[in-house]
Amino acid sequence: MKKISIDHITRLEGHGKIEIFLDQEGEVERAYFQIPRLRGFEKFCEGRPAEEMPRITPRICGGCSTAHHMASAKALDGLFKVEPPSAAQKIRELMYNAFIAEHHLFHFFFLGGPDFIVGPRAPAEERNITGVIAKIGMEAKGKLIEIRKRLRGVIEAIGGRVIHPVCGLPGGISKPVTEEERKAFIRAAEFLVEFSVFVAFELWDTMVLKNKEYLDLITGDIYKHKTYYMGLVDEANKVNFYDGRIRVVDPNGKEFATFLTQEYRDHIRQHVEPWTYIRFSYLKNMGWKGFVDGEESGVFRTGPLARLNAADGMATPLAQEYYEKMYEALGGKPAHHTLAFHWARLIEILYISERMLELVGDPELTSPEVIHLPTETPAEGMGVVEAPEGTVFHHYETDQRGILTGVNVISPTQNNAAAMCMSIEKAAQSLIHKGDVSDEILNMIEMALRAYGPCNT
Amino acid sequence: MPKPKVVFYGCASCGGCEKAVIDLEEDLLNILDAMDIVLWPLIFDCKMKDIAAFKDGEITVSFINGAVRMSDQEEMVTILRQKSQIIVAFGSCAHMGGIPGLGNFYTKDTIFQRVYKEGMSMENPEKITPQERITIDIDELTLPEFYDTVKALDQVIQVDYYLPGCPPPPDLILNAIQDILKGELPEKGAVLAPNKSLCDTCPRAEERREGIAIEEIKRPHEIKLSPWKCFLEQGIICLGPATRSGCGERCIRANMPCRGCMGPVKGTIDQGTKAFSMIASILGLEEEEGMTEEEVKRLINAIVDPAGTFYRFSMPASLLKRKRME
Repeated sequence: MKKISIDHITRLEGHGKIEIFLDQEGEVERAYFQIPRLRGFEKFCEGRPAEEMPRITPRICGGCSTAHHMASAKALDGLFKVEPPSAAQKIRELMYNAFIAEHHLFHFFFLGGPDFIVGPRAPAEERNITGVIAKIGMEAKGKLIEIRKRLRGVIEAIGGRVIHPVCGLPGGISKPVTEEERKAFIRAAEFLVEFSVFVAFELWDTMVLKNKEYLDLITGDIYKHKTYYMGLVDEANKVNFYDGRIRVVDPNGKEFATFLTQEYRDHIRQHVEPWTYIRFSYLKNMGWKGFVDGEESGVFRTGPLARLNAADGMATPLAQEYYEKMYEALGGKPAHHTLAFHWARLIEILYISERMLELVGDPELTSPEVIHLPTETPAEGMGVVEAPEGTVFHHYETDQRGILTGVNVISPTQNNAAAMCMSIEKAAQSLIHKGDVSDEILNMIEMALRAYGPCNT
Repeated sequence: MPKPKVVFYGCASCGGCEKAVIDLEEDLLNILDAMDIVLWPLIFDCKMKDIAAFKDGEITVSFINGAVRMSDQEEMVTILRQKSQIIVAFGSCAHMGGIPGLGNFYTKDTIFQRVYKEGMSMENPEKITPQERITIDIDELTLPEFYDTVKALDQVIQVDYYLPGCPPPPDLILNAIQDILKGELPEKGAVLAPNKSLCDTCPRAEERREGIAIEEIKRPHEIKLSPWKCFLEQGIICLGPATRSGCGERCIRANMPCRGCMGPVKGTIDQGTKAFSMIASILGLEEEEGMTEEEVKRLINAIVDPAGTFYRFSMPASLLKRKRME
């Protein structure tokens, strides 16, 4: 019995290791994706004042700190039963979209993208951001730096800090947006439209889709699982990152459930395995059937491709055009190809660029009224947003003073945890034969994870 | 001359410190050429076995973020100490324990109870919890031990420098990396940030009255926060008086009070005690003879969660270190 370890996984946020067990013939018998990390936020937030949660929970994940910040602020709106002014909602959504785009670009160029732009079989020392820059050239590098900087400018102007923003309060945000800031936001949004068109149409098309080897990898069977999909949608069932209802579709694309944040426990449950610190989300109404895909399994996925699968389309024209193009190329909807998460991410950046442009054009953005002070006694509140890599839920219970007595956080990584374990096992079984294991094969196993962009902190 | 060998590594952290390095953008890309990054799992494909192969002291500098929460983190930082000439505790968690350090109000058992057995959306009738060693069929799997107590990095290994903040501000990160690469090293044990209190550099300092006195403590969601008035004057707890500056006052500029992530100024042993005594004096508790017992009680009770507020980022590094074990 031979064991192969990938320790630890790289170009992924947080920590994780993969243990692959081979049988006598050198074929993969089982593969485990283990998360050796736990900090225990659900427990140590007990006793803290609820209004501090948007400043504590971003530390769950530094990469998606704004997602936890926002889910937390929205949970506080519910907890204190206070609706933020319309301007505050728009400013929150703007900051939130800027964050998603910034994170997606980070993921594409620094984490997942090197496997395509530089190549899955490229030497390890080239599969990284420096290798990417060598391929895309200095002009694109300059643009990438510039757009990420401008997006961070939007987050920082509103949230105070790019990593671990601080502006979220029950009933709104801590300060209004100035006209000068709004003008800078307009420039950032315009630049993002231009840059996302370049990335989605030019870069992805020429460097990935026109390369038969890569396209075969994306559409092939190694990285494919038929699962349920979950994502936040607006009233027209279009993808939305900041607000809406949670929609689940089955592996055939048929609507399985649509629910409000407050109903999440009627739909999601979590399972424990003794060999990892992460908890596995599954659909309560299907039940936990183990690490299997298909209609009978409770395993679902969240994140870029899952959002697109769960929605009826994109709310903006350019993104919608590219959305249709992707499904046409993948042979219809839903698409089960894990590597197409990368593709979906680029369509989402397109949507965000267009949505940001709408938001920054709204004169209400500079309204001085950005908070409604709570007057009700707190008891229980829940908040949801789409983090870059999937749906995130925050749920707080407090005493009458607003001191936390119960906390639940469901992260995208927990939602995708079961599917990720299945994905690495399937990739390992497809790629390792007769005990033959090379660096490039191990990298291609990790690619199954990188598509999800998990955060295993 | 060979390039300096550099490590970026995270223990019990959120990854935000490493994201802050990446956010240096062109500054990072420019200095990447001057470094030989031998381990930075977030963005480079190097594995654990590569580190084990280094000789003692062969790595120039290891920037370690995160607190020490689990056994594999203790093992890893011990190895990095051995292989590295310089260890920098990078960010609040490595510096003082940080947010994960709030875990020291609880124990492994109480945390596991909540997370795995009684979590609000858990389905775990058999009360399964993660095990350090388990055999499934014939496959043996291991997990690191989850400790009862979170430690700051210098409670586990010797640390040469500290880079404070959650995450550290970009200019301080860049300065620290450049100075170390150039070999322009400050005295051992230095905190690589200005030695001023946040109140000294606060943009609201000019408007601040002498001898602030708070009549009533307020929580940040209870009042309309003034965009220019000192938070303490508004009755909002702000850790500015007990906290080191250098952060660019980012929270204050976003109209939110300081929570102390930069740690104490030089000479202060315990940030929480210092913050508490500053607030107590502003509350007029030093002149408590003039107040009725009820007034004093009412004021102190108005501070909800004093330990979690004054030790927000520094519980493990404090004199208390943790809540007493039963």
